[in-house]
Amino acid sequence: MSSTVDTKSLRKTALNELHRRLGAKMVDFGGWDMPVEYPSSGGLMKEHLAVRTGVGMFDVSHMGDILIRGPQALDATQHVSMNDASKLQEGQAHYSALLYPEGTFVDDVIVHKLGQNDYLLVINAGTREKDYGWVKKNVSRFRCHADDVGNYYTQIAIQGPKAEATLQKLTNVDLSQIKNYWFKHGTVCGLPNTLIARTGYTAEDGFEIYVPSDVPTSERVWNEVTEAGKEFGIVPCGLGARNTLRLEGKMALYGHEISDTINVWEAALDRFCKMDKGDFIGRAALEKAQAEGLKRILVGLEAVERGIPRDDYKVFDASGQEIGYVTSGSYAPFLKKNIALAYVPPAQSEIGTELFVEIRGQKVKCKVVPTPFYKRPKKNP
Amino acid sequence: MAYPNDYRYTKEHEWIQVKGNTALVGITDHAQESLGDIVFVELPKVGAQLKKGDTFGTVESVKAVSDLYAPASGKVVEINGDLTQSPENINKDAHGSWMVKLELADAKEADSLLSSADYETYIKEEQ
Repeated sequence: MSSTVDTKSLRKTALNELHRRLGAKMVDFGGWDMPVEYPSSGGLMKEHLAVRTGVGMFDVSHMGDILIRGPQALDATQHVSMNDASKLQEGQAHYSALLYPEGTFVDDVIVHKLGQNDYLLVINAGTREKDYGWVKKNVSRFRCHADDVGNYYTQIAIQGPKAEATLQKLTNVDLSQIKNYWFKHGTVCGLPNTLIARTGYTAEDGFEIYVPSDVPTSERVWNEVTEAGKEFGIVPCGLGARNTLRLEGKMALYGHEISDTINVWEAALDRFCKMDKGDFIGRAALEKAQAEGLKRILVGLEAVERGIPRDDYKVFDASGQEIGYVTSGSYAPFLKKNIALAYVPPAQSEIGTELFVEIRGQKVKCKVVPTPFYKRPKKNP
Repeated sequence: MAYPNDYRYTKEHEWIQVKGNTALVGITDHAQESLGDIVFVELPKVGAQLKKGDTFGTVESVKAVSDLYAPASGKVVEINGDLTQSPENINKDAHGSWMVKLELADAKEADSLLSSADYETYIKEEQ
């Protein structure tokens, strides 16, 4: 059930020792030695529920960061990403993706407009080197410079309905003035000019802060957040809860819902892809794919019978024909249902369609349901 | 969590408690701790004939799937249906949460499994 992992070859965040002191269960995630859950928090389920109902905190320093800077930084960003970065105002961020010429995914990213000629792309851990190499190569014809600044930051996500109240104790910035997917710079835990973004990967309200990546500073900030969140029952959360939280919110995970063989239309990320913004890498292929029509599309499934659909399980139609596969599936701790995301042909993607997922040789009945599975309640004015 | 002296244990982290020619079988506290929050249990049908080492069911946590292996040969004479409704009970009390009751083919077969002391040594070495 357990195996010995050579953690020496794995990369570590500045908070690695702290996670171990907290007794976290550690796993190899994309080459990083990361906490998957904290028994001291009560485990994955408690962590997940803390984020939905109170507040939880995550070390997400394994995420990468690329700065694109220079007079043509906007042109370069437009060229390598599918959303329309010209629509961003300073202090605003949006979800986007880096595409191959085939219209498939290099990675998904959050683009932040730091300044007129200054964009920050936050990228996935497992694809850091690939993304940076790809961006560097493809922006080379623009007057700008791409820098990998991932190692400079410890990134901490504070997520949940009590995230604002928690973080507000530690900063002079009025957090209520930061809208969803906007950010500000301000003092956090005495650290000036800290990036505070109202972003996250939990389908819940929350913030991500970027602080210097030396161990003493990183641990001090972590501990101050822990202290500030105490009255709201804050718990440290691992990658296990991060995964179930993002799945309930139907947020894509690289290597699962998106990859170098899946295109934007299939992944149903149309609203983040601005075909009318001008040319960008992948656009021509996407135009062609649009004209040809879709062969498969991402849908949400809910198990009707007993069983948990999981990653890579096969999907069948009512006649017994294999029609697709599950990209991510799990028990959903907040919804208390067994849910999955799956690729199926468009003809079988209608809400309510009865489909079957093969679980250990048994075909378990599921139905296509609306997504996201979970949508956070609207804030009271 | 103490490992009861009157149980025997497998390296696959099942326990078996023999009483005469019947036995109760479950998973160890170490197993539930490694798995994390258990959310699904699948058990065999009453009447199923198991050989030692056969897969007799599945236990799933939020993040992992784990097969259950028969620690001894025998016939399933009862299953603990409460666990399929409340699988989290295994996390709360693994050694009290029996999964199946076996009518043993050989009441002595389980004697060769690990004692509680040997099992505790084994899981320490495994870590």
